[in-house]
Amino acid sequence: MRVSNGLRRGLAVMGTALGRRLAGVMAAVAAFLIALPAPAQEARPMVGEPHAWAMGLQEAGGPVKEAIHDFNQLVLYIIIVITVFVAGLLGWCMYRYREAKNPTPSRTSHHTVLEVAWTVLPVLILLVIAIPSFRLIYYQDRVPGADLTINVQGRQWYWHYAYPDHGNFAFDSYPVPEDQLPADQRHLYRLAVDNPLVVPVGANVRVITTGQDVIHSFFVPSLGVQKYTIPGRTLETWFRADRPGTFYGQCNQICGQNHWFMPIVVRAVPQAEFQAWAAEARTRFAREDGTPTEPAPAIAAAPDDTTRMAEARR
Amino acid sequence: MATASHAHDDGHGHDGHHDHKPGFVARWLFSTNHKDIGTLYIIFSILAGLIGGGLSILMRMELQSPGMQYFADGQMWNAVVSAHGLIMVFFVVMPALIGGFGNWFVPIMIGAPDMAFPRLNNISFWLLVPAFLLLGGSMFVGQGAGAGWTIYPPLSTDTYQTGPAMDMALFALHLAGASSILGAANFITTILNMRAPGMTLHKMPLFVWAMLVTAFLLLLAVPVLGGAITMLITDRNFGTAFFKPDGGGDPVLFQHLFWFFGHPEVYIMILPGFGIISHILSTFSRKPIFGYLGMAYAMVAIGAVGFVVWAHHMFTSGIDVDTRAYFMAATMVIAVPTGIKIFSWIATMWGGSIRLDTPMLFAIGFIFLFTMGGVTGVVLANAGITQILHNTYYVVAHFHYVLSLGAVYSIFAGFYYWIGKMSGRQYPEFWGKVHFWMFFIGANVTFFPQHFLGAQGMPRRYGDYPDALHGWNMVSSIGSYISAASVLVFLYVVWRTFTSKEQLPANYWGEGATTLEWQVSSPPPFHTFEDLPRVR
Repeated sequence: MRVSNGLRRGLAVMGTALGRRLAGVMAAVAAFLIALPAPAQEARPMVGEPHAWAMGLQEAGGPVKEAIHDFNQLVLYIIIVITVFVAGLLGWCMYRYREAKNPTPSRTSHHTVLEVAWTVLPVLILLVIAIPSFRLIYYQDRVPGADLTINVQGRQWYWHYAYPDHGNFAFDSYPVPEDQLPADQRHLYRLAVDNPLVVPVGANVRVITTGQDVIHSFFVPSLGVQKYTIPGRTLETWFRADRPGTFYGQCNQICGQNHWFMPIVVRAVPQAEFQAWAAEARTRFAREDGTPTEPAPAIAAAPDDTTRMAEARR
Repeated sequence: MATASHAHDDGHGHDGHHDHKPGFVARWLFSTNHKDIGTLYIIFSILAGLIGGGLSILMRMELQSPGMQYFADGQMWNAVVSAHGLIMVFFVVMPALIGGFGNWFVPIMIGAPDMAFPRLNNISFWLLVPAFLLLGGSMFVGQGAGAGWTIYPPLSTDTYQTGPAMDMALFALHLAGASSILGAANFITTILNMRAPGMTLHKMPLFVWAMLVTAFLLLLAVPVLGGAITMLITDRNFGTAFFKPDGGGDPVLFQHLFWFFGHPEVYIMILPGFGIISHILSTFSRKPIFGYLGMAYAMVAIGAVGFVVWAHHMFTSGIDVDTRAYFMAATMVIAVPTGIKIFSWIATMWGGSIRLDTPMLFAIGFIFLFTMGGVTGVVLANAGITQILHNTYYVVAHFHYVLSLGAVYSIFAGFYYWIGKMSGRQYPEFWGKVHFWMFFIGANVTFFPQHFLGAQGMPRRYGDYPDALHGWNMVSSIGSYISAASVLVFLYVVWRTFTSKEQLPANYWGEGATTLEWQVSSPPPFHTFEDLPRVR
């Protein structure tokens, strides 16, 4: 559906895909509020995170989230119209048919045309919603050609990531305690981690989730990705970051006492930087199976090809 | 309740019934009278509501600012969150609507002398009391049962919820479930067999239709929950591994079983409210209900479709994309009968002669707020959007709009509508309106900002959150304090009602109130009908 680079959207999308179910004035306020922190240009790395007083969805960092924004905008307008319509009818009835103004009630209790109308019209509205909705879920479901695969495992209470395409190294991602955050990053407490998930910009990332202890949920709002990590199951989803930046998420399935303290950070970096990071990570982290990583395993050639493919696609 | 029965003494003498009432213990503990049991249920529900609501105020106090203020640790928080959900569902909304108003008015509305199985009725109520004590007690035993009201394994298994707290909660659910199943069998039997001569199914008041559909949903859904939690109990205590992956079990199976119960459960909570709202709108518009048959069969349709949409709660659990597509479509279908109800209610008001007494305010408030909760339900039906809204505060806002602002509004609407009938006393109209407006403002200020928090990605069941989410959380907490204050006003209304000297006639709402309960005295005699009424 929407696989092109979404940068052309920019502020307009941010401003409009917001303020769920708000009447006009509120929506204008929301547009102002959410537009403020939105990144202005491609050059600056973007940050996907919650914003103070924001009313709409977090900014979109990739095509999946952009597709969600487009669809959400359609549904949002429909539900605002319906809500205002119902509120208007109720208000009108309370005013026009109050006892003082209408002392003799009518006895009407049937109107076939009306009853058919308010059965058929909602069906038509639902069809308008359903058709793009089906397209969206099939688009979100699976990536046709993945450039790299990352294994994600939620654990009480940290994340475990593995890169099978790049030497199968694996590492844990823990939240950073408040006192270890630099002063200018204190607001990121409960979002910041020590070892973020690093992906190349523009690469289709296949995410395979597995569980170890209880169910967690891998959830990064600005990339439009969420999947449970369930013990005994292997699930698949995907995302792509179209811009370099940092995208914050949090565990989204109750998992015990530190449920709200196992954040997710995805860093999207240019290809070269990713390769450098992967090479360094191979030596820094152990292999997923526990054996020490080779400085330069043979398989390391493969990701170069796939990332070149991603580069070419861009 | 003593006041209520006392009020009754002055009120019944005129009709010549042999109103032989048993003594206190026999009347209230061994009660087999549907009205007395209904009264017990309503009192129970109010007490449980104060506790469940109190827990929510604790939660909002904690969430007012980032950082942990009042709760010692996450497990304690999780236990309170779980208890709040379970108490509100099983011990507040269901007892009030089904056990309370259902018991009180279904037999009267169909012209039956009592429920079909009066002793079963007594058991249904008295199973609820130990169930509530077990659930409430589970918060104070060991580390509490902190797996959410959905009690998904593996988090709810013995590995992660050690000690007896979770077992107590599960046993509480078993007892409450048994209570519901017995009650449902009782309602179905009563409604199908004990209608007065002439009262055909298509002449039944809509509240009775609502209760009939609700009872069938209970009968079919709750045993599935019973099976699921039985398996969970044996997983925890007897070495089975139905839901444990390391023993070959499947945690997702539990989700299927839970939501096969859980989704009909949400309609169980709202359908009786639909019935109450229909009666109130008709009464205060002085017009017959618009599209009676459509209204009745819309409820049947909602009940039927409600059984085939359960996996929309599991869009991120890894079910196949085609399955998601089906559940998405089926879920959206529910908007159609719901729309029929909303528009028929408005058409009932249209052309009427509307009086805005407290019950009517709550009923109109219900329609508007239920519509808001309904349209966010349409948003969430779309698996594509739910990919980023699942489990967020957007969902919390959605289901509180249909439950805290929907089902609870219908309970208050029913309370103000019928309290004169049940007690014989007039509630203070002014304070009823104060209660309505405070609650309306408080609940909206509480829950509307939660849409924004959810859209910004704040997950539910979080006791702490990033600084950026402080603002709307603060607003939401302030709203909850306004709602809490409105509860105090409600208690004052109750006190004023029962100390009132004003004795109400049989039909104190006037010509708009047409169902059978308005033809018996207020309160009705201990034995409502000694001769069966005839329905033309």
